[in-house]
Amino acid sequence: MKRRSWPLLGILAFGYAFLYVPILLLILYSFNESRLVTVWSGFSTKWYGELLHNQQLLDAAWLSVRIAATNATVAVVLGTLAANALVRQGRFRGRTGFELLLMAPLVMPDVIIGLSLLLLFVAMQQTIGWPDGRGFTTIAIAHITFSMAYVAVVVRSRLAQMDGSLEEAAMDLGARPLGVYLQITLPLIAPALLSGWLLAFTLSLDDLVIASFVSGPGSTTLPMVVYSSVRMGVSPQINALATLIVLIVAIAVLIAGFTMRRGPNR
Amino acid sequence: MNQTPNMQARQTSRLSRLVNIGVPYFWLGLFFLLPFVIVLQISLSEPALAQPPYRLLWEWVEEGLLQIQINLQNFMLIWEDDIYLYAFLNSLWVALVCTLICLLLGYPMAYAIATARERHRIPLLMLIILPFWTSFLIRVYAWIGILNTNGLLNHFLLWLGVIDTPLQILHTQTAVYIGVVYSYLPFMILPLYANLTRLDPTLLEAAADLGCRPLRAFMRVTLPLSMPGIVAGSMLVFIPVVGEFVIPDLLGSPGSLMVGKLMWTEFFSNKDWPLASALAIVLLGLLVIPFVLMQRLQQNLDEGRT
Repeated sequence: MKRRSWPLLGILAFGYAFLYVPILLLILYSFNESRLVTVWSGFSTKWYGELLHNQQLLDAAWLSVRIAATNATVAVVLGTLAANALVRQGRFRGRTGFELLLMAPLVMPDVIIGLSLLLLFVAMQQTIGWPDGRGFTTIAIAHITFSMAYVAVVVRSRLAQMDGSLEEAAMDLGARPLGVYLQITLPLIAPALLSGWLLAFTLSLDDLVIASFVSGPGSTTLPMVVYSSVRMGVSPQINALATLIVLIVAIAVLIAGFTMRRGPNR
Repeated sequence: MNQTPNMQARQTSRLSRLVNIGVPYFWLGLFFLLPFVIVLQISLSEPALAQPPYRLLWEWVEEGLLQIQINLQNFMLIWEDDIYLYAFLNSLWVALVCTLICLLLGYPMAYAIATARERHRIPLLMLIILPFWTSFLIRVYAWIGILNTNGLLNHFLLWLGVIDTPLQILHTQTAVYIGVVYSYLPFMILPLYANLTRLDPTLLEAAADLGCRPLRAFMRVTLPLSMPGIVAGSMLVFIPVVGEFVIPDLLGSPGSLMVGKLMWTEFFSNKDWPLASALAIVLLGLLVIPFVLMQRLQQNLDEGRT
């Protein structure tokens, strides 16, 4: 019954090529001996060697990973609470405001979030003395504020689709609401929590603009190092870094796809 | 019978209400809402050679006498100086053009994925999401090597014989369009796909049975029903692009300014915090309109469906 439409497939192929060719070129040229993009002077892994000896970049990467993990963990807790509120609490007073406030960071330009949070931190430091200076804590707080919206979206859709009969059965058998939530609901929404965590982790690892505003001296994150070297022009070390990131992401996606495919059978 | 478990349940539900609503509300109020109040306050203050570089709006002149000084000069400067007006108009224009290109490219892609065989849909969709998980900054950077005067695209076109001299694409508005469409295309495709897969196929069959041609059926049935997806996707692209900083900074020309970059410069290079705050307030004011419009339309459509 279904006919394939060739123009449609053509656009689809063009779209995928558009999305993937730049990434594939980066990977290809990370193995190029020459510094120039257009000259292929032989296969080499020397840029990877230089990357692994770039102490400034490694320090920044370690800081970014720690911030991203902290951010993802707190964002999952807050985002899940917010999703509970939206799905389970029905119509409460201030619900529209709550939803607006929660969803606004999804589209709010980074420059506005970054600037406004920095001004808040400066004002707070002046009035109550906290946060004392800027760095890890302030970057993590800024990232949590916009990541929790993404987590809430993911967990909310999972909660809304969930079959409530297991929870009702547990309630009928006399389980306390908190016990039901911890023993029945949380395991059921665990896949959403995991994808929310990974999403928040990635968003934090990727953020340049907000971190630039709310970081202090001595707290340079990975995107800030990448940005300053990219502004100088094409740098083969960044090509090598890009290749490593793509490799890690591809492996993670393959594992996720594999476990998800096995999931329903168990 | 026994009232105790019931009362206990009610108490826990009140506690859970308080935690579920209260904790996120408190966090967002403190770290998302309150900052805007402070931005507004600083946008009305005067720059000063101090740390932090602005003067507070109020001052205790003497015991019991509070002096409040509101400075509107930042906003007047934005209104009077052509650079700022131009930057705002240019940002809106870039966002509009890119949203349209994303829609023209993303709609057929989302449609093709949504109508593909069921076992192909998830892998095809994963391929759309995958680039989003790699670094945004690095993906924008990839285009520098491609669009450069002696970059890959120019070499390719010279080799094909299409052009004789390399084109200047990097550091032009075209490069900004390419970078934005490239980075934001998944945000257009995902809501469109979610919407298109939910469409009831029997409606199209009914239209076909009644003698409607496929193209006409698409225009009369599919397109109107996919409006929520179109609106959601367009807003997810349009709103953040207006304030975009990285793409115009790395790919755009120094001359064609966008608000995000201007704010960055005022803040980091010129250390003019009040002016940067005023720019943020104006930008926020511009974006509130499409944001509220999106929420309204989404709510109306949700209510209309049920």
